[in-house]
Amino acid sequence: MSHANDTVITKSDKTDRYQHHDYYGVDQLLSEDHLLARDAVRDWVKQEVSPIIEEYAEQAKCPVHLFKGLADIGAFGPSLPLKYGGGGMDEIAYGVIMQELERCDSGLRSMASVQGSLVMYPIYKYGSEEQRMKYLPKLGSGEFIGCFGLTEPDHGSNPSGMLTNVVDDGDAYILNGSKMWITNSPIADIAVVWAKREDGRIIGLIVEKGMKGFSAPEIHGKWSLRASITGELVFEDVRVPKANVLPNVEGLKGPLGCLSKARYGIAWGAIGAALDCYDSALRYSQERIQFGKPIAQFQLTQKKLAEMITEITKAQLLAWRLGSLANDGKASPAQISMAKRNNVHMALEIAREARQIHGGMGITNEYPIMRHMMNLETVLTYEGTHDIHLLITGMDVTGLNAFK
Amino acid sequence: MKLLVCISKTPDTTAKISFKDDNTQFNGDGVNFILNPYDEWYALVRAIELKEQKGGTVTVINVGDSSNDIIIRKALAIGADEAVRVDQPAKSSIDTAKQIAEYAKSQSFDVIFLGKETIDYNGAEVGAMVAELLELPYVSFASNMDSSAEHFVLTRDIEGGVEEIKLNAPFVVSAAKGMAEQRIPNMRGIMMAKRKPLNVIPGIETSSHTGVKSFTLPAEKDGVKMIDPDNMDELVRLLKEEAKVL
Repeated sequence: MSHANDTVITKSDKTDRYQHHDYYGVDQLLSEDHLLARDAVRDWVKQEVSPIIEEYAEQAKCPVHLFKGLADIGAFGPSLPLKYGGGGMDEIAYGVIMQELERCDSGLRSMASVQGSLVMYPIYKYGSEEQRMKYLPKLGSGEFIGCFGLTEPDHGSNPSGMLTNVVDDGDAYILNGSKMWITNSPIADIAVVWAKREDGRIIGLIVEKGMKGFSAPEIHGKWSLRASITGELVFEDVRVPKANVLPNVEGLKGPLGCLSKARYGIAWGAIGAALDCYDSALRYSQERIQFGKPIAQFQLTQKKLAEMITEITKAQLLAWRLGSLANDGKASPAQISMAKRNNVHMALEIAREARQIHGGMGITNEYPIMRHMMNLETVLTYEGTHDIHLLITGMDVTGLNAFK
Repeated sequence: MKLLVCISKTPDTTAKISFKDDNTQFNGDGVNFILNPYDEWYALVRAIELKEQKGGTVTVINVGDSSNDIIIRKALAIGADEAVRVDQPAKSSIDTAKQIAEYAKSQSFDVIFLGKETIDYNGAEVGAMVAELLELPYVSFASNMDSSAEHFVLTRDIEGGVEEIKLNAPFVVSAAKGMAEQRIPNMRGIMMAKRKPLNVIPGIETSSHTGVKSFTLPAEKDGVKMIDPDNMDELVRLLKEEAKVL
């Protein structure tokens, strides 16, 4: 891939001045593990990513070298068992890690979300022991990059209508079809792909780079998640050995189980983006003088800041409670939908308000605001759109399906 | 090699500083505490490097109550093998030094590391006191440790140059910038740290010959004074009379 040959940028003169905000003492609900994990990821982000993220986003290039760093810090599958290359941590630890990554950039968090929740998790959850041992340590250490293929050009919110299919051919399946909007796909070594069997049941397959008939062209021209690489997956009579089929799941619950994991991480991650916008807006409002005083002294600025920290606090409590439920294995997909939808929308609104507080500076790359705002437009739509999540809540409380 | 690293808890560098009890005590309410950066980045990491090079164990010691356990866990997550916490609040440099010396005297450590100072009180005293109490050589503010031979060569940055000191273990050294590079703990290290021993031991009675009379915050900085480029006399006057630098 062309990305592999690009000059790696590792330094700049930018300093990340972010300070954590914890208005309701939510930190006291966190354990030592959580706090250590969060602070470690924050330190790593400040050192390795914050100085270069604007440059990569501007150039619409993925900082591929960061996969190794993400692996070393333990951001891939932190809640998977140590034996399989995970961190052996709980769901709240996973959440705070996602928060700190997205505090820097939603694209950075996407790199980790996909690798951990959408590639390592299904192999761990639905794979055979051989598949686990073959792929998970390599994915956990960043030696392999993975991607996840569910969405298709004509099937986004309605994945059950997928056209990608497999035909039985003895010890292999012949895979045909295409997938769209696939994070990491052009640089991925393996893809977890969901396809329909001849009987109409959906199965998961591990497709490896280099298999004949498999290609992953990059999607260009994104105004969002510019530091994350996105592509297609194209399968033209790809012969996938049956040993690469995930044996322990059939049906849409397979991919949806992965998406619940990833959406859970997004519910936390979005708080990070919101915190970064709030932090920058608060500081800017105290330093920017107009009419002889800091703009933080004006009521309309205070209204914005006060509402921001109120919404962030609510989102933090929502995420923490969801994390507690997830630790007990009791977080329902509908509860995850509510948190993903609420927190991402909250973050996007805060990015917009923060942009106003920054005035003209808010549209420049001197501040992270517009980058977060553009990123969050994707986050609002991917992993279940804002509207679909609302309908999931609607269905959950009424018992009536408004999707179709 | 048997290595000891003395670690301290300090307010975060961005903490708002205030005092209580008639300005005789630091007010820690609402302050975020961290592992003292000189202890963490330089002393601890250099000790871990030495262990990686020559084998052995790295023990960290802290004087304080159980609220310090999180910074001790961090040290274990970075790579220390075991920890000792002397279970009483830190009172003064001499008290801390006596507690550390009391523990260390029966353990025969090869090297005892400290950061060059804590970033709160900036005393830079405990290292020298520990060395004296244990009757060991002491090198302060070392910015490099060459451990390639049987003996050690420690480098100190001094005015206009560097001083190199050759010595054999055992000794006490305080670490300055340059000794090592920060290591950020990873998730695996954080989880492994839970299984490493943290021994809580009682402190000993000590006496101190000094006490804090009061703390005072520095005066607030004045704004920038703009002077017309043609008005050199005014600039000189201000530098002389107000800034008092001429």
